[in-house]
Amino acid sequence: MKWTSYEKEIAADDFFYVRSCIRQTFFPGAENVLLNILRERLKLTVVEDARHTSCTGIGYHTDIVPLETIMTVVARQMALMTESGFKNLLVSCVTSFGIYNEVLHLWDDHPELETKVREHLWRATRREFVKPANVAHASDVIYKYRREIAQMAQYKLVNAQTGEPLKGVDHIGCHYAKIFPVKGIGGAEFPRVLSDVVTEFGASSVDYPERRHCCGFGFRQYILKETRGYSVSNSKIKFESMAPYQPDFIVANCPGCAMFLDRWQYTLSEMEGKTYDAAGRGIPVLSHEELAGLVLGYDPWEIGLQMHQVQPESLLEKMGVVFDPGGKFRTRGGRQLPRPQEPDILLV
Amino acid sequence: MVKAKQERHTEKGLLAALHADIRFGDALKACMNCGICTAICPAASFYPYDPRQVCIQVQSNDEAVIESLLKSDDIWQCGQCMSCKPRCPRGNVPGMLIQVLRKVSQETGLFQYSELGRLQYDIVVNIGNNLFETGYCVTPDLMIPQNHPEQGPVWEWIYENKAEVFEKVGATYRQPGAGACRDIDTETLAELHAIFEQTGCMELMDKVRNFAGHRG
Repeated sequence: MKWTSYEKEIAADDFFYVRSCIRQTFFPGAENVLLNILRERLKLTVVEDARHTSCTGIGYHTDIVPLETIMTVVARQMALMTESGFKNLLVSCVTSFGIYNEVLHLWDDHPELETKVREHLWRATRREFVKPANVAHASDVIYKYRREIAQMAQYKLVNAQTGEPLKGVDHIGCHYAKIFPVKGIGGAEFPRVLSDVVTEFGASSVDYPERRHCCGFGFRQYILKETRGYSVSNSKIKFESMAPYQPDFIVANCPGCAMFLDRWQYTLSEMEGKTYDAAGRGIPVLSHEELAGLVLGYDPWEIGLQMHQVQPESLLEKMGVVFDPGGKFRTRGGRQLPRPQEPDILLV
Repeated sequence: MVKAKQERHTEKGLLAALHADIRFGDALKACMNCGICTAICPAASFYPYDPRQVCIQVQSNDEAVIESLLKSDDIWQCGQCMSCKPRCPRGNVPGMLIQVLRKVSQETGLFQYSELGRLQYDIVVNIGNNLFETGYCVTPDLMIPQNHPEQGPVWEWIYENKAEVFEKVGATYRQPGAGACRDIDTETLAELHAIFEQTGCMELMDKVRNFAGHRG
């Protein structure tokens, strides 16, 4: 395979943004800060239509949403994009990103299917669409503008005391590049979409052995209580693999992966009395949007880092970020909320 | 004992039903049984699951073997991560083959024979109802802390203070207009329902619900 096949075209501007069910549920500040960075710092045009919905990807991968249904829902999102006059789709979610690419691929291979979906969409909604010229995941755009963001950065991913690069481990998320390797920077085997970003921001990136292993979401495997052990077991494989490298942070591409790598550290600490860092505080897990926001100097509590179970202060302290500890549990109106309960093992 | 109710719309056979799915051609071409998919498979590291065996069974073209597979727990153990896709030397996608098998298993009611398969009812009640009612697969309201102790005390804190916490980070939780966790308007939900009706989603979910009446 040629190295050029590990690159891909990423639109430069004029995006139609579609949100993620999981990211907006667990890390809504990440979506907010992404839009703010793109619009206010990079001066790009990004529109959102309130009428867009879930892509239904979790329903599809739990096998209760048929292929023609998800194709028609996706076609409806494209119709909203067409109606707004845009042609570049910007996708918050890795599962959705895989879905959009799969649908477009199947339509290329089976044009009669596209015709059928157009008929479904017209009958159900009286809408029509033009296929997107470009489909980018949110991390693709951060990757494309990583140098510009680094130039504007207030902080670096460097230990402020020693000057040493912080050590980052990444998790790409299976559906970003395993379904269509040519659609991901670096493909499935040599992922660069996050490692190039963190190195641009000053960190070193560790290629740990289980870097490509699934976080363990497994769709139905996590959703069903009966099989949730599948999920934690696979995340554990990753933690065991990365721990010897003593990472300062994990950066995750996919909303679900970011949530699992965060929450399962808590669960494993309660189950096994163990954390995967030396200080007992866990390894902070951030998304690409949150990491970009942090180096640009956004308030950690405005971008939602208090919504993580593994607390981010260890990373903030290493980076030398100036922040208000008292603002963590304060509402926008200034009222102090009660603090979350402390875990038994994981230090907060 | 599971009292199975099997529909009759697979008169051409289960293999034909698998082939009728447009994804089948991408999913299974000619498996040489090398086992790389099993070596890389996260499900195989947790369950006694072997995607290589699944490919062998489907490739047998034996109706009895395929019926047995469609009744088994095996097809419900895959996590659809698709880690198998980039590694298969022949370009097969066992994870996608699983999608096709599950579809036929649900359509024929054979999933009732599997303990893991019968849990599809819970998926319909959980994710299906949420999609229908909110337009999202997952929402903060769905993640009730008692059902998700693994989410930890911070999630419990978020859940109990949703309005304030979401407002602080710029989300528009349960509000009209654009933004994270916004309420989706009724016209949009009506379009989504029309799509579900038009494309067979409602029919599939009804089937799973109805077959669930025969659960053992």
